[in-house]
Amino acid sequence: MKMGKSTREAFGQALAKLGEEIPDIVVIDGDVHNSTRTDFFANKFPDRFFNVGIAESNLVGIAAGLTCAGKRAWLSSFACFIMCNAYDQLRMSVAFPNLDVKVVGTHAGISIGEDGPSQMGIEDVSLACSLPNFTVVVPADEPSMYQAVKALAGIRTPAYLRAGRPNVPLVYEDGCPFTLGKANKLRDGKDVTIIADGLMAAAALEAAEKLAGQGVQARVLDMHTVKPCDDAAILAAARETGRIVVAEEHLLHGGLGSVVAMSAARQHPVPMRFVGLRDTFAESGKPEELLAKYGLTAADIERAALELVTKKAS
Amino acid sequence: MAVTSAPPALSELKARAKSIRKGIITSTTTAGSGHPTSSLSGVEIAVALYFGGILRYDPKNPHWPERDRFILSKGHAAPLLYAVLAEAGYFPKDQLATLRKIGSPLEGHPNMRRLAGVEASTGSLGQGLSQGIGHALAARMNRLNYRTFVLMGDGEIDEGQVWEGAMAAKKFQLEDLVAIVDQNGFQQTGPTAEVLDLRPVTQRWEAFGWFAQEINGHDLSEVLAAFQKAAQTKGKPSVIVARTVKGYPIQHLLTKDPNHHGKPLTKEEQDKALAFIDSQP
Repeated sequence: MKMGKSTREAFGQALAKLGEEIPDIVVIDGDVHNSTRTDFFANKFPDRFFNVGIAESNLVGIAAGLTCAGKRAWLSSFACFIMCNAYDQLRMSVAFPNLDVKVVGTHAGISIGEDGPSQMGIEDVSLACSLPNFTVVVPADEPSMYQAVKALAGIRTPAYLRAGRPNVPLVYEDGCPFTLGKANKLRDGKDVTIIADGLMAAAALEAAEKLAGQGVQARVLDMHTVKPCDDAAILAAARETGRIVVAEEHLLHGGLGSVVAMSAARQHPVPMRFVGLRDTFAESGKPEELLAKYGLTAADIERAALELVTKKAS
Repeated sequence: MAVTSAPPALSELKARAKSIRKGIITSTTTAGSGHPTSSLSGVEIAVALYFGGILRYDPKNPHWPERDRFILSKGHAAPLLYAVLAEAGYFPKDQLATLRKIGSPLEGHPNMRRLAGVEASTGSLGQGLSQGIGHALAARMNRLNYRTFVLMGDGEIDEGQVWEGAMAAKKFQLEDLVAIVDQNGFQQTGPTAEVLDLRPVTQRWEAFGWFAQEINGHDLSEVLAAFQKAAQTKGKPSVIVARTVKGYPIQHLLTKDPNHHGKPLTKEEQDKALAFIDSQP
């Protein structure tokens, strides 16, 4: 797969473009705009950009107030800081009144690398899914991030959008269909379905290729919208392939795996495996070293799929 | 359309205050729960705003873009807000009897999605000022000249978010933002000076770059004068530290527990309180 930009870079550029189309959009920053890439917007629309300092709680409240007064606020910081530091504010000032505030957490997952676990958002998706009224989106690559920003601008309710630090492979080299709540089928197969989001979508495709070499036909779904998840796609995967592997760059607890498992359990239970971070913080290191050490590679997905396929009963 | 006529006579404001106090007491006693004493301390502040010619609003057009904003950040004083909104004509006064009952928009803490006139859903302390800053920034961007008022408790300002907001409001020079601290001296488990001593409160706000005034929060003339002075302040936000009494003016009926936090009056206490309020000049 060809390499594309990071999803944070794509987010920043998409937001700056959105700013041209929607004059009511304002952006609030907790002094990390050159990391989250809201600097593209800030440079273009300095009067619509507010850096409130390193104060995430206040940041969220200001975004809520701006939105109540008719603006459309997008706010951004590192995933762990905005979700963990300002969770009560997201809950009370945004989710409860169901405000059109878009929350973008960058530097999500362990692939940020050397900065280490204090900077890694590994629980952000779980927290976002626990906010009533929130839509939760985890784009796989640069083109899907562009589409996600556009799609989220089309809804007037709160949302959490997850972005990563490193450059990631292009899953959608030839354009990206994107409907909120509808998974994209990246590859079809009959033996097992791999459901992934974020940078694990590219890993899932790589795993499917390896599996094909061993005679296992894997379906791959990019479940970019974690909430509301695509129940129909999960039901079809369970019925038609009989086995599901879920892969995410997030703690196993409360993330995509939990969401898919609940949907499958309700509709059509099948044997499942989960690839994700296992109840642990990571550490400093190169992104690829960390992904390997903590079990978040194509090889881990492949192993999980083979386990399901070779297991006769469950 | 807005209520901006000349300030009414003090006697009229006092009558409003009495009516609102009775609404606070009877609604919480009827509900069997709630925070009457936290509501009673803020009555003169709210009366000056809503009936003293300070706040521009229109109960028939609650989302009027140019309305002034009043955010009750100390959301547990919801009975005060509801009694004031009923007094102002947002809904019939008999609806106050539905406080905290299932199906009623008069929830235990304010819910902006269910009741017109409520500007913010509050109840988790410390969040109103930040929202007020958002409204004030939007006013500037939209070239609207409305003003934003945020009422906080003196216990509430323990919250770090309040001071994050204080710093941001100074940075953005929000001269149309007015914070009021209802300094009734108590928070849930005891006197504010014992739980977390923030004195000197007024100087603290000044150190954060605000224009600060300290007043007797039960003296309507002082409250009105402070709001008028705040309106003339340029280049920085204003705070009014209003010294109040929790449960005012029926605190003498609650001598066993001067804080009386989060407890309604009994039926007997209610009747005594109403009679006492009626007996006042």
